[in-house]
Amino acid sequence: MTSSPDAHLEIRDLVVQRGGVTVLEISSLDIPRGLVTVMIGPNGSGKSTLLGALQLVLHPSSGSLLLDGERMDSDPVGTRRRMAAAFQEPLLLSMSVQSNVELPLRLRGVNRQRRRELAEHWLQRFGIASLARRHARQLSGGEAQRVSLARAFASQPEVLLLDEPFAGVDAPTREGLLEDFAEIVSETKPTTVLVTHDRDEALRLGDHAALLIGGGLRQTGPPAEVFERPADRAVAEFVGMENVWPGQRSESGVYRAGGVRLASTSKSVALGAPATLCVRPERIVLSRDGDGSGNQLQATVRAVRPRGPVVRSNLTSGRLTLTADVPVATWDELRLSVGDEVTARISPADVHVIEDSD
Amino acid sequence: MDLIWDGIREAARLWWAGDREIIEITLRTLAISSAATAIALLIGIPTGAVLALRRFWGRGLIVAAVNTGMGMPPVVIGLLVALILWRTGPLGDLNLIYTPTAMVVAQFLLSLPLVVGFSLASIQSVNPRLIGQMWAMGANRMQVLWLLVRETRLGLLAAVMAGFGAAISEVGASMQVGGNLAGETRVLTTATVLETGRGNFEVAIALSLVLVVLAFLVNLVLTAVQQRRPVT
Repeated sequence: MTSSPDAHLEIRDLVVQRGGVTVLEISSLDIPRGLVTVMIGPNGSGKSTLLGALQLVLHPSSGSLLLDGERMDSDPVGTRRRMAAAFQEPLLLSMSVQSNVELPLRLRGVNRQRRRELAEHWLQRFGIASLARRHARQLSGGEAQRVSLARAFASQPEVLLLDEPFAGVDAPTREGLLEDFAEIVSETKPTTVLVTHDRDEALRLGDHAALLIGGGLRQTGPPAEVFERPADRAVAEFVGMENVWPGQRSESGVYRAGGVRLASTSKSVALGAPATLCVRPERIVLSRDGDGSGNQLQATVRAVRPRGPVVRSNLTSGRLTLTADVPVATWDELRLSVGDEVTARISPADVHVIEDSD
Repeated sequence: MDLIWDGIREAARLWWAGDREIIEITLRTLAISSAATAIALLIGIPTGAVLALRRFWGRGLIVAAVNTGMGMPPVVIGLLVALILWRTGPLGDLNLIYTPTAMVVAQFLLSLPLVVGFSLASIQSVNPRLIGQMWAMGANRMQVLWLLVRETRLGLLAAVMAGFGAAISEVGASMQVGGNLAGETRVLTTATVLETGRGNFEVAIALSLVLVVLAFLVNLVLTAVQQRRPVT
């Protein structure tokens, strides 16, 4: 197997078993140098297992992990010292913030003066310089996570392994932390593997995405493509394609699903061939009167659920069930309620077609 | 009641006068028990760490043995060490029976299960993900052990206190392997037993009070270290 020239980490024929059961199996995956690769997938898909294997704290049953073409397990301590990790839990030790940030450097034998300089720099960068002397136990969740990230960056790692580091903090804190993190990563460009459940986080931070389901790699590519153009039905369901309809091609660029005709600019399948049609809920536009462009479906509102900035509405059109996320402001203008008739407009570019294999 | 008051008065007089024998016995007690505790810590903490962090065949048996050892009667340990160090025993050629070294060995064997048990419990209570983070930060084995000791210092100081307490307070094993020889192996506990047997209650009370004060002072220092607010 040849490695791509910009691959910093290479995963080859990796199998991890627990209690005799295979929990992760990846034949080949390259992690590009200096970019953020987001690992996405449902619970139990093997994301954290993969991160554990990359940290060399989980031992694969077979396969190899390469860093710059060298086997990572040939010198575990040396390899780990080229990397840093941060998790959903900040995992700080019972010492001051400054000592926590200096610790990886201390373990590497860096002298006191240099340790102090680097720790001060990174505490400053993460906006927590004023907390330097505070004990780790006296921090809020958001502060502790900033310390955890400052500690990871302080060791100037070539590879950064992050397991949902933004998941445990409240929304406003998370927003600020994400902003700072994005800025720092784009400046320092460590090769980053970020495990996340969050679509916004993946789209905002990721240069590259790898999607795992059931311990196997199902799709790789730019995050937007993975979310908008899922490779199969399981991926579509995981990435939040709430509208997944079985259908078949009836003519060029036109499909039928549930008795409804839908045009799509997605890749074509053979005439009459079964296909799965997918539409993201935020891509369905509701209006009282159609405007004549794209796919126009006459639908009836069946259920309504407010979901923060959007209103999720369930509709039926023919035998199709549609789920649409309508911005609250639009919803208020439409003054819709259950039982109302609406036009659901879907651009052909937003109808993604998956060729059914059987 | 008079007997007790006389004993306390005699104890105060002996302390005040700086009785040479009592000072010698006190220093010997401190030296033997400290040496036994120090060796128990050196061996016991890493053993506790291995038992806490590793899963291997026979681990359950070892942990059960450690737990049993935590309540082992000192006379059983004394008998075991005496049999081994006896002139005709397996290590009889070393001529250690009735020496302070034999007492250190016996007290070490009494302290060891306590140190291992307390260390095991402390280290096992550390979040496994925190240990994973220690490895992820690039720590080697010794550094992980150092960080674990640092992280569990409260529990480990309890191990020190328990180990030292067991060593300094035991009498049976010290008597069996030390022989309570004046000027050589007599320690506060064995001297107290001897003076009680002779009916010298004033001296026995004086020795007991020294023992209690000594144990209290050592634990006071350890408690101060344990309860100190960590700064770095």
